[in-house]
Amino acid sequence: MRSDIRIGPSAGNDGSYASAFAPGLNDPERQTPALVSGPGGKKAVKRYNVYRNNVTVGLIDALAAIYPATRRITGDEFFRAMARFHIRQTPPKSPLLFDYGRDFPDFIAGYAYAEAMPWLADTARIERAWLDAYHAADAEPLPPGAFASIPPESLADVSVALHPSTRVVRSRYAALTIFAANRSPEPVGAINAAEAEEGLITRPDLDVIVTRLPAGGAALIEALAAGLTLGVAMATVLASDPHFDIAAALAGIVEAGAVTALSPGDAR
Amino acid sequence: MTADLASGPAPAAHPLRFPEHGVSGLAGTSFKPEHLRSILSERGPRGFFEVHAENYMGAGGPPHRALEAIRRDNPLSLHGVCMSLGGPQPLDREHLAGFRSLVERYEPALVSEHLAWSTHEATFFNDLLPLPYTAESLAWVCDHIDQMQEAIGRTILLENPSTYLIFEESTMSETEFIRAIVARTGCGLLLDVSNVFVSATNHGTSALDYLADFPLAHVGEIHLAGHAEQSDDENALLLIDSHDGPVPDGVWRLYEIVLGRCGPRPTLIEWDSKIPDWPILKAEAMAAQRLLDRHAGQASLRHAV
Repeated sequence: MRSDIRIGPSAGNDGSYASAFAPGLNDPERQTPALVSGPGGKKAVKRYNVYRNNVTVGLIDALAAIYPATRRITGDEFFRAMARFHIRQTPPKSPLLFDYGRDFPDFIAGYAYAEAMPWLADTARIERAWLDAYHAADAEPLPPGAFASIPPESLADVSVALHPSTRVVRSRYAALTIFAANRSPEPVGAINAAEAEEGLITRPDLDVIVTRLPAGGAALIEALAAGLTLGVAMATVLASDPHFDIAAALAGIVEAGAVTALSPGDAR
Repeated sequence: MTADLASGPAPAAHPLRFPEHGVSGLAGTSFKPEHLRSILSERGPRGFFEVHAENYMGAGGPPHRALEAIRRDNPLSLHGVCMSLGGPQPLDREHLAGFRSLVERYEPALVSEHLAWSTHEATFFNDLLPLPYTAESLAWVCDHIDQMQEAIGRTILLENPSTYLIFEESTMSETEFIRAIVARTGCGLLLDVSNVFVSATNHGTSALDYLADFPLAHVGEIHLAGHAEQSDDENALLLIDSHDGPVPDGVWRLYEIVLGRCGPRPTLIEWDSKIPDWPILKAEAMAAQRLLDRHAGQASLRHAV
């Protein structure tokens, strides 16, 4: 700890230039800090605004890069206005900008001007999960048919290790279809947004894959991720939907590259 | 609802050891992923590539795959933009550890950071913010550089900033401040000639005076970049360090003066916004390379006499 911090008339709370310089960067209502000037003591309003602008535009651009489908849906002007509100309310804490914007989908869900697009927040959630999968640790997924190597009588005791990129998304709307259409270079056709969808996001190698799951599929993957054995996970899903096709769902999960290991249960 | 399902640590241990590509006398460019395919399809000698360290602090995925491919055949410069060395608060230990593992993983030829700050209290400001030059700020900048050099096990090159305003409390010139840092920490310097040009214009001072007072013997890398023009409150020209275009003539001239004084030093064309196709960026680096080669010839002539 330093004990010799000077408290000057122009300094901030803890006496440092940073405490005086920082608050106005995210707050356009504040005046130019008194401790800075142009050459010869001339005013530095526009000069300080260069830093304000760098901070604001840089963060809006960062959100635009993380949420391209969201931006395509809203249009650039709408997106930038919405992003500006968010960055002022929730500026980043980490210097790693690919980690920024985690609270943006929740912000969108409560953003009054986006009320007419109730599926927009879930579309953004898929985009955030997409980028997390992109940067996740690498691992070798098991090939299709991996479950075939387990004797049927042992299946219930198996626990499943998931690929580090694995994420699931559940939406009351057709967020996966909306996401896919707005990430594609093609024009977006009519979408029935009212249909609920679940999805799986994985990156088995270089490409991020977004896969549609059958209803209940996300719950199955979450149960496996929580460390439950396959038997317990299946029972959980079947309790809410007795007709759930477990075999097809598991095949799809492996196909998407979400499984890296199967461990047999304790031999008892 | 989104759920993060991944658990457990990333698979550790990267047994890759890269060839030692020297960077002496070379020009280079910022590495942009959109250029990867063009770069890899080229034959013949290339320059060096510089990346922003923070973009490669994710656990895995395409960024690391691209950087491995680049590093295998080329010298690499690891350029930090967020360490906040110039801030009054302690460095972020997690960020320091992330930086160290990148240095270990990629064995870069050059490692650099900025004389600036970007984090205050819990907020990251995503910009290179200025500091006053006082005995007090000098003390903590030096502490931070010591801490970083110790953490990564090697010296860094410290980059001079581009600034738009001055602090009335400053008691030293920027060059005086930088000379004191070099003397205390043993760090090297990254001389950003564009920043010298931009700051001198913005503050109505002389870029040549700045260079005359700058400890050129400690320069381990040079940066060149484009800038944009705005105006200040009194309609005086205000240059913005935008890195979004070709290097202007005035900056090239200043660069030649630097080369004439300190001989060829690894030189990077920085282009981070409105990024052009690879051939255009490469042509800028080739222009720097021709000047480097010419000055290398002159340097060897001087030695021969």
